Amino acid sequence: MYTYSEFDTAFLAERNRQFRAQVARRISGNLTEDEFKPLRLMNGLYLQLHAYMLRVAIPYGSLNSAQMDKLAELADRWDKGYGHFTTRQNIQYNWPKLNDIPDMLDALAEVGLHAIQTSGNTIRNVTADHFAGAAADELADPRPYAELLRQWSTDHPEFQFLPRKFKIAVSGSPNDRAVTKAHDIGLRMRRKEGELGFEVIVGGGLGRTPMIGKVIRDFLPLSDLLPYAEAIVHVYNRLGRRDNKYKARIKIMVHEHGIEDVRALVEEAFTHIKPEFAGADTLLAQIKTRFRAPDLRPHETQAFDTAYRRDPVFRAWADTNLAPHRNADHAIVTVSIKAHGQTPGDATSAQMRVLADLARKYGYDELRISHEQNVILPHVAKADLPAVHAALLAAGLGTANVGLASDIIACPGMDYCALATARSIPVAQDIATRVEALRLEHAVGPLKIKISGCINACGHHHVGHIGILGLDRGGVETYQITLGGDATEAAAIGQRTGPGFSYEEIVPAIERLLKAYLDLRESEDELFIDAVQRVGHAPFKAALYPTEAHADAA
Amino acid sequence: MPRKHHPKVVTANDLLEGDVVYRTAAGSWSSDLRAAVLIEDPEQASTELALAQSEPAMVVGIYLADMERGPDGTPQPVHFREAFRATGPSNYAHGKQAGLR
Repeated sequence: MYTYSEFDTAFLAERNRQFRAQVARRISGNLTEDEFKPLRLMNGLYLQLHAYMLRVAIPYGSLNSAQMDKLAELADRWDKGYGHFTTRQNIQYNWPKLNDIPDMLDALAEVGLHAIQTSGNTIRNVTADHFAGAAADELADPRPYAELLRQWSTDHPEFQFLPRKFKIAVSGSPNDRAVTKAHDIGLRMRRKEGELGFEVIVGGGLGRTPMIGKVIRDFLPLSDLLPYAEAIVHVYNRLGRRDNKYKARIKIMVHEHGIEDVRALVEEAFTHIKPEFAGADTLLAQIKTRFRAPDLRPHETQAFDTAYRRDPVFRAWADTNLAPHRNADHAIVTVSIKAHGQTPGDATSAQMRVLADLARKYGYDELRISHEQNVILPHVAKADLPAVHAALLAAGLGTANVGLASDIIACPGMDYCALATARSIPVAQDIATRVEALRLEHAVGPLKIKISGCINACGHHHVGHIGILGLDRGGVETYQITLGGDATEAAAIGQRTGPGFSYEEIVPAIERLLKAYLDLRESEDELFIDAVQRVGHAPFKAALYPTEAHADAA
Repeated sequence: MPRKHHPKVVTANDLLEGDVVYRTAAGSWSSDLRAAVLIEDPEQASTELALAQSEPAMVVGIYLADMERGPDGTPQPVHFREAFRATGPSNYAHGKQAGLR
C-alpha cells in the first residue's frame, strides 16, 4: 500500500492552508464567486442543487482501513452520515457547509487523502483497475504507474488550465476493467518480446460526443510513461479547442486532426521532452517500494468449500461477488453497494467502518473502490470468506448481485446534480426493486445497466449493455434507451433504440427488454450482450415498442 | 407559439449553507419557497434580479425561476427541477422536505 512521503504531507498541508485562506476571503467578501469558483473547483468543491458537494479523490481507487475510517468520520461530523462512491473512484459528500470544508480537508490530510484536481480543467484523479495488485490475470500492478502520473500531474504548472478536464485510466491486465478506451488517455499494460509496456490509447470519452479511444502508440516502454504522457497533454494544451466548451476535449482534437497527425505531433514533442525526464526511473523505483504487496499467508480452503456446499446464501454470493485472486487460496471480494432499492454507491458511515474492520481483520488492510460504485476487499483468504460474508450480511452489505441487472451504475442525477436534466437514482432503485421482486436477475445473468441523468454521461450509459439517458423533453423527464454498449477491451458505444420513455414507463420498458432476452437467447450461456450482437435490435425494439410493431405489421 | 409567461421568484443558493433560498417581499432570503415574493410583471422581475445581484453577496448564483400561483397564493414550481430544489432529493428526506409539513 502506498504511503505518503514527507514531501507529500508538507505539500498537502500547504495546499490546505492556502484554500482555508481562500474560503475565508470568500466569506468575508474579498473574493467574488467568479474569482472563488475556479479555486474551489480545483479543491473538489462544487455548488450543487441543494448544497455544496465535496469530491474527495481516492487515487486509483486504493484505500487502507484508516482512510476508510476517516471517510466515515467525515460523513458523521460534517455530512449526513453517508458518502457516495462515484464512477471515477472518488467519494462525494452531498451536504457539507462552506465553513467546514477547510476542516474536512485537514482531516483528510491526516490520512493522506485530498480533493485536489477532482474538478476543473486539469488532469483529474487517475483511475485504475479495481482488482489492481490482486487479479489472477494481471501482468503487473498498474498502481505505481498511476501514482507516478498522480505526482506528475498534481499542480503541474503547464496543465492547470487545460482546454477541458483530462482523465487518465490505467490497467495492468488484458481484461480491461478500467474502461481505458473511454478516457482521454487509456493505458493498457501488455507484453512484447518479453518486455512489459503500455498500449497507449488517446481520445476516448463519453459525454455528448461519445468516442472510443484510438491507439496512438501500440507499445510504450514503461520507463517512457511520463515524457510520453507529457507530450500528449502538451500537444492537447496547444491544439485543443478553447472556443467551444463542447468541442474542447482531446477526443474532438483527435477526431478533427486525425490520429496520424496527432501521433506525429506527440512523437515530435516526445523527442524534445524525453531528456528532461531522466530521473523518472528512480522515482518510479521509489514508488514501487511503497506499493509493497502484502505477504499472503498460506491457507487451507476447507472452510470455504464446506460453506459453499452447505449454505445456499453463501454460495449465491460467492458465485457473483468473488473474482479469481493471483493466489489460488485467496479471493477478491466485491462488496455490493447496491442493495436492492438502495442508492447505488451510497455507503453509510457504519458500513464504511465495517468495511475498514474487515480489511484490518481479513484483508491485509487493503480496500479498493470500483468505477462500478462497489467496494473491493482485494486479498481475502478463502478460509475467511464465510466470516466476511456473515459480517457483510449483518451490515446490509451482503447483496449477491455483482455483475447482475441490479448492480447498476447511476450518476447522482437531478436529485443532487446542478447539471442533470432528469433523475437517475430512483430509476436505478426501481429497476433493482423490480428485478428482485420478479426474481429475474439470476436467470438473466451478467448484465450491465448504466444510467446517466444528462448528456455528460457520468453514469457511463453509452457503454452499458443497456444504457439509460435521462433528458428533459418539454419540461418532462424522458429516458432514452441504448443497447449494445460495452465497457471492456471490446469497447463499444450503445445505439439508441428509438423514442424515449417517461419516468413511469422506463422500468416496465427495461423489464420487457429482459424478458425479451430470456425468450430469444439460444441457451443460458448466451449473455445478454451476445444475444444483442447476434439478433440485432429488432426483437428488442419490438418488445420496447409493442404498439409500433403491431402498427407496422398491420 | 410564443412561450407562456410565468410569474417569477428570485432564487439562489446560500453562500455558507449552500441551501436553496428565495427572495422575500422584505428583500431578505428565505429557505422556504412559500415565503418567496411572486413577481407577475416581467420588468419588475428584472429589476428585482438586478437589485439582488447588486447587494453584498451572501448568496450565489441568483436567477429568476418560473412559478405558478398556487390555490393558496404561494408560488408553485413550473419545472420539475425547481420542484426538486424546493423540496430536496427523492432518495432521502435530507433536504428541505425534512422540515416541511
